[in-house]
Amino acid sequence: MQTILQNLLNGIAAGSIYALIALGYTMVYGILKLINFAHGDVFMLGSMMGFYGSRWLHRLRGGEALAVAESSWWSAVLILLFAMVVCGVFGYLNERIAYRPLRNAPRIASLITAIGVSFFLEYGGQMVFGPNPKFFPSIIEKHRLEFFGVVTTSYQVIVLGVALFFMLLLQYIVFGTKFGRAMRAVSFNYETASLMGIPTDRVVSTTFVLGSALAAVAGILYGLSYPKIDPLMGIMPGLKAFVAAVLGGIGNVPGAVIGGLIIGVVEAFVAGSQWSTYRDAIAFVILILILLFRPSGLFGKSQAEKV
Amino acid sequence: MKSKTLLVFIAVLSLTLFGCPPKENGAGGGDAGGEILVGEYGSMTGGEATFGQSTHNGIIMALDEINASGGVAGRKIKVLTEDDQSKQEEAANAVTKLISQNNVVAVLGEVASSNSLAAAPICQANKVPMITPSSTNPEVTKKGEYIFRVCFIDPYQGPMLAQFVRNDLKMTRAAILRDVKSDYSMGLSEFFKQRFLQLGGQIVADQSYSKGDSDFKAQLTALNAAKPQVIFVPGYYTEIGQIAIQARDLGMNQPFVGGDGWESPRLIEIGGKALEGSFYSNHYHADDPAPAVRSFVEKYRERFGDKPDSLAALGYDSMKVLAEAMKRAKKIEGPAIRDEIAKTNGFQGVTGTITLGEDRNPVNKKLVVLEIKNGQLALRATIDPGASTTSAPSTPISAVQGSGTTTGGPAPNSELQAPTSTVASPPAAGKQPTTTQPKQ
Repeated sequence: MQTILQNLLNGIAAGSIYALIALGYTMVYGILKLINFAHGDVFMLGSMMGFYGSRWLHRLRGGEALAVAESSWWSAVLILLFAMVVCGVFGYLNERIAYRPLRNAPRIASLITAIGVSFFLEYGGQMVFGPNPKFFPSIIEKHRLEFFGVVTTSYQVIVLGVALFFMLLLQYIVFGTKFGRAMRAVSFNYETASLMGIPTDRVVSTTFVLGSALAAVAGILYGLSYPKIDPLMGIMPGLKAFVAAVLGGIGNVPGAVIGGLIIGVVEAFVAGSQWSTYRDAIAFVILILILLFRPSGLFGKSQAEKV
Repeated sequence: MKSKTLLVFIAVLSLTLFGCPPKENGAGGGDAGGEILVGEYGSMTGGEATFGQSTHNGIIMALDEINASGGVAGRKIKVLTEDDQSKQEEAANAVTKLISQNNVVAVLGEVASSNSLAAAPICQANKVPMITPSSTNPEVTKKGEYIFRVCFIDPYQGPMLAQFVRNDLKMTRAAILRDVKSDYSMGLSEFFKQRFLQLGGQIVADQSYSKGDSDFKAQLTALNAAKPQVIFVPGYYTEIGQIAIQARDLGMNQPFVGGDGWESPRLIEIGGKALEGSFYSNHYHADDPAPAVRSFVEKYRERFGDKPDSLAALGYDSMKVLAEAMKRAKKIEGPAIRDEIAKTNGFQGVTGTITLGEDRNPVNKKLVVLEIKNGQLALRATIDPGASTTSAPSTPISAVQGSGTTTGGPAPNSELQAPTSTVASPPAAGKQPTTTQPKQ
């Protein structure tokens, strides 16, 4: 029983990180019908920015180079904001330079471009950051908490809290603001929305910025929980988040969150069982099953393709 | 007319580009004179980066000493280094390049057994002798008569660790956490398990992870549920530190025990306090008072500003063993060098006396068990079957070494238990129990 609860807790913590990444996939898909395969690598960029941000912050305060930054709430928030801004700017440029020129090209062209951007980030990252793994500093102090025999750390609580906060914030943006309404309009029908006077290009750019900033949050949370980071770290979480988005019904915001949590929990149970080697495979088994039996995902509406 | 000149131009160009046999700086691999080319492949980057870097430092140090004292038969040796990025497929590529493009006469590398296993068949097929400094999986040298090593093997290391846990730590309930992507980790786990069961121990849980994972909490939760007294993790240093941290986060207090894959200056940097009180076996201890070790450590520190780990020491020894063989060889070419490496007998290396046996593995190599204490490495036990100073008979170890098979298992109980009598604090530990790593 204790083991089950422990796995459940670890799974939810990992799953909420997948959920944050999945949100980026699902938002972009909802609006452009584009699967942005570079999204997992934006997540890596966020982690890296957290790593370098904490270093620079430490040096700004006159600390010794290379030493680990002291842990405080303020510096953690600053580092988080820094990573979000860098990734947001990257998301904007990415859309502006790579995807916008292809807006009216066949959809496959943007998809291939997305894969290109992904490679650019992975191997460019190896040149800029170096291929050796780095270890994310503990930017907040870690405490161990225990209740009913289930052990957790303050990190897991922070991961859950921060992830929940940003998911609710996104929910509010999409369903409670004027911009959100524009976003939903664009996702219904791109051309019609632009005829109605909605600045579609700006909506698309902002969506990319939002998604990339969320990926940065996920990157920082990931770095806190699993401190080993390297330029290729985005591949697996990126793919799994993609599966999570498909599972929840791609284009559906709450669906992406639920999908992420499901993937996280299932993985924790598989890894804790006799078949721990199948941990990475299970996400893709889920993908195959969902595509076979419910291609529109758990919460997606199946739409007839207009011809 | 114009097209004809172009044709001639292309012909000349292609001749200059592809026609000549590749000879770098006029150096030839074979007997042509000039520099002797030796290839090195290693993990200079990636998850096992310090393995390759340390080994490289050791090789370069040995190389400079050899060349300073006149080289081999009046010719200098040149080492060409290829990075395999800690990946199996890259190791195969690197060795293919060294042999077919650079025409090296011998190859040194790798540390990780999986990478050595990928490269060994290529060296074997091309009749280029390969010496692996520190791959301990028994399968490596079985790839053929051109493959050698200068370190001990896992059928020796695993049982020794099992004995250490059972007899020295007096623990009966062990759990195993192995890396399924690593031949080293899988092999060592089996050898440990076999011996531990023989000694009356219990393996209460056996879980696995894959190299590159960063979340080990589910496996650790499963292990903890079986209430082990000790956790055997024969992995590589990058994962070990993270596993230890996550285990402590889950409230687990058991010590970890591992093999020589833990050896890295980054191990304690990554794991920190979480690794306190854990043990691992190693090829040598940098604070060993033996003169050979002392002079090696001093020279290394002068040059690289750091204390050498065992991989540097083994890299150094492998280069020296190769050079000695080349000096004895009548011709500087693969088969002749191979025959001489095979005759290596009583070579005094930093990691002990190296005598290569029938199966191209060293016989009777020394093994030390290190403890992580106050963030430093402290010597806990030494097993030196080769040294004449210890009372332990050499037979039991050679029996294990000689058997070399996974199925045959270790030699009978009575014999194998003999070396444990030497598992005790050595005299050096009394004087300076916590030996220190230099500040980096």
